[in-house]
Amino acid sequence: MLDKYGIAKRIAAEIQDGYYVNLGIGIPTLVANYISDDINVVLQSENGLLGMGPFPYEGDEDADYINAGKQTITTLPGSVFFDSAMSFGMIRSRKIDLTILGAMEVSEQGDIANWKIPGKMVKGMGGAMDLVASAANIIVAMQHVNKAGESKLLSACTLPLTGTKCVKKIVTELGVFDVLPHGGFKIVELHAGVTLDQVRRSTKGKLVE
Amino acid sequence: MVDKSVLNAFEAIRGVSSGMTIAVGGFGLCGIPENLIAALIAENLKELTCISNNAGVDDFGLGLLLGRKQIKKMIASYVGENAEFERQMLSGELEVELVPQGTLATRLMAGGYGLPVVYTPAGVGTEVAEGKEVRTFKFHGVEKEYLMEYAFEPDFALVKAWKGDRMGNLVYRGTAQNFNHAMAMCGKVTIAEVEELVEPGVLDPNFIHTPGIYVHRIFQGENYEKRIEQRTFRSKD
Repeated sequence: MLDKYGIAKRIAAEIQDGYYVNLGIGIPTLVANYISDDINVVLQSENGLLGMGPFPYEGDEDADYINAGKQTITTLPGSVFFDSAMSFGMIRSRKIDLTILGAMEVSEQGDIANWKIPGKMVKGMGGAMDLVASAANIIVAMQHVNKAGESKLLSACTLPLTGTKCVKKIVTELGVFDVLPHGGFKIVELHAGVTLDQVRRSTKGKLVE
Repeated sequence: MVDKSVLNAFEAIRGVSSGMTIAVGGFGLCGIPENLIAALIAENLKELTCISNNAGVDDFGLGLLLGRKQIKKMIASYVGENAEFERQMLSGELEVELVPQGTLATRLMAGGYGLPVVYTPAGVGTEVAEGKEVRTFKFHGVEKEYLMEYAFEPDFALVKAWKGDRMGNLVYRGTAQNFNHAMAMCGKVTIAEVEELVEPGVLDPNFIHTPGIYVHRIFQGENYEKRIEQRTFRSKD
């Protein structure tokens, strides 16, 4: 079984040399820490930056240099700033090779829900709907079950959707799963110490073993 | 020279009145027009419809207008940093229209490009699509559904740039550019506040982001706080 750092590390292994990658907030942000030094990757921040660097040294924080999570960041050689319309232009025109984001629910068809719980405070979808509607390749990083112990891998999402038929891969604390084109969660691998029975019990949607 | 410079924020917001729709630049607290927001407060303009990616925090940015009940309707993509916003939204005092961030930016851009509508795949199959025209296009080699979204035509656009000249040409710095450029392009009247106002000719024409033709009034702001929402850093060792 993996913790959130383990999930981030496993997802980092999916990133290939030359990729432009958009990382969502939460576990996806941690992925940046595990990208191999042997490959060249450009991180996009949808508020208008390609080539996001690490956090600045203490005292060097600059209010004009932030990421989409509103955290202070730095640039790297080759970085570029641009406006929000262009930022989503590159997202819609599929220049981003990989999008990694969190989710509350994913369906066996690849539908994703991650922005709204009816009856609770709605914070808004931010850029998530744009990203999932256009991304060539989406990996979801999330816990397999919610706090109430209910599966987040379902036959159909119960929460309001962010996008439909878009998720390609899911990495949870239990394993790695591909969403099949005709539906179903295909087990790609189980993490160390995880049993098939455990995955079966935690998955409500169609599991392909 | 077409001189668009005005003395200060108060002179700049002449003509902005209660009930109008205004676009306000910034992402979080980054690149917000601090002086213009302060002037809207001082003039006590009410019933405003604000188009802005976020709604500030309780004691800064658009949160200051919210706290004084000056905003009737908020059009935004993410509003999660503001407790007073939440209270007004849940009590029904504040109308809220949540728009996907790329759709928001593109509707602003469309206004500035003279296009009445745009088609975007964002929100297809979700509640964002309710009541909207859906069309199928073959694009990028695949047939896909797109939502028709209308361009924004705000009465005023309030933006912030790093440098500008008296003719209204603007240069932004870092990620403080964000929504400011698209908003500057779509305002019926666009007001820009800058950290440094210079004479025409000082800015290199090769490196101007927003051409001055889109900007109607410009002034040099003062006392910028430029508050950081999430201060993150690493240690030197």
